[in-house]
This record gives sequence, structure tokens and C-alpha cells, in this order.
Amino acid sequence: MNHTRRNVLRAGSGAGLMVLLATAGFIMPGAAVAADWNKAAFEGKTVSEAFKALGAGTPPNSADIIMRAPDIAENGAVVPVGIESKIPGTESIALLIEKNPSPLAAAFDIPAGTETAVATRVKMLETSNVYALVKANGKYFVAKKEIKVTLGGCGG
Amino acid sequence: MADPMRIRAVSKDGTVNVKVLMSHEMETGQRKDGSGKVVPAHFIQSVSATWQGKVVLSAQWGPAVSKNPFLEFNFKGGKKGDKIQVTWTDNKGDKRTDEATIN
Repeated sequence: MNHTRRNVLRAGSGAGLMVLLATAGFIMPGAAVAADWNKAAFEGKTVSEAFKALGAGTPPNSADIIMRAPDIAENGAVVPVGIESKIPGTESIALLIEKNPSPLAAAFDIPAGTETAVATRVKMLETSNVYALVKANGKYFVAKKEIKVTLGGCGG
Repeated sequence: MADPMRIRAVSKDGTVNVKVLMSHEMETGQRKDGSGKVVPAHFIQSVSATWQGKVVLSAQWGPAVSKNPFLEFNFKGGKKGDKIQVTWTDNKGDKRTDEATIN
């Protein structure tokens, strides 16, 4: 039990801790986050592997996570995705694309004072479910949306 | 060295909207070149934005983030004239920091 909890803390809050250290001036922010890159999560081959590596287990669905993304993406190389969490205490937001070779695309740490919404653009190999994983007060929640891709964007 | 980022930070009603456009190949490591050889992965792994020495957003990225990555977020407290810095580091250890003034 303790062991699991430790993994959860390390996977979920590692970057948060680094941010604290960086804020306090101990280490350079860029270097800190790079050292903390969650290799296991980014190289996980399925959504459940990535969830596990992030310490999220099997998170419940939440209607308080809003995904702003097209229903149909004409170009899989550039799919705009915005995620907003209305869950109080949101600390981090991760974006996963189920049918990509490695589903985890991005993980954002949201410090206090920053709105719990981010937007970026990602590549999608093919039509797939896209997951928004939110960590709030140490608990994980997820929302999903299917995005249809006309032209895949991972093979280049 | 990669080209500079384009950073736009606009303050409105006490919230700063930040939009960043980075210049990076974001090579996935899955693609093959003309001769059939795999093009090695080369992508931004971490990004952080700071305002007055405080991190206002940090992110870890994989190669699925699009080429020439775009990032948008909002934070509270920044005022017109304040500076914001954005730094990225890629999987080959290259890094770049750019600064913008909040409008």
C-alpha cells in the first residue's frame, strides 16, 4: 500500500516538487523538469500502461473536464486540443491519444494562480479516442472524446 | 540553435493570456527517410514558463506534440510591462529560453 502510494506521489507530484525547488532558486526550471521526464509514462504503449505509469490507476469519468477539440480533424499532424478542468484543486492535466504508438502526448503541471486550462496541438495517427486525465487533490479523473482523422499525422 | 519562440502575453482583468509558438521539428522516431532509415526521435521534452521567478506552467511532452508546438494558458497576477520567460529542453539536451513583455 505504501509502495503504491509512493509511486503515485513520485509520478504525480515529482514535477510539482521540482517546481517548488525551482521557485526557491535551488535549480534551473528547465533542467529540473527535463530530469523529471516520466519515461515510463511516455513510452507506455497503451492508455492503461500510461495511466499506471502516471499513478492514475483506473480513474473515474468526470463531466467537469471539458475538451475543446474538433470532431473531425482533416490533418492528423496538427490537431488542436484544449482541456479545461472545473474540478477544484486541479494540479495537473495530461493528454492521451489511445491509438498513437505511445498514447501519452503531454502532461501539464498547473501551479496555484494558473487557470486549470491548457491548449496545444498534437499529432494523431488515426481516428481515436482522446483522453484528458486530471489530477485534483491527489485523485485522478478522466474524460474522453473521439476525434476522427481524415489524414494520419504520425508517419510523417 | 533553434529559432526564437514567438511569445504573446496579454493582460486583461488581472489575468494574463499566454500563447507560445516554438520552432522545433518534433521528430517522432517512427518516421523513415527516403532510404528507409528511421529518422531518430528529436522532440521537446519539457517546457516551463516563469513570471517573476515563479513557475506559472510546466509541462512534459512526448513526440506526439505537433511540429512547431503551440501552447496556450492563462495565469493570474501578471501586469502590463512584466516579463515572462519560457524555456524548453529537448531529448538531445538542447534548450532555449525566450522572454516577452506582457501587453
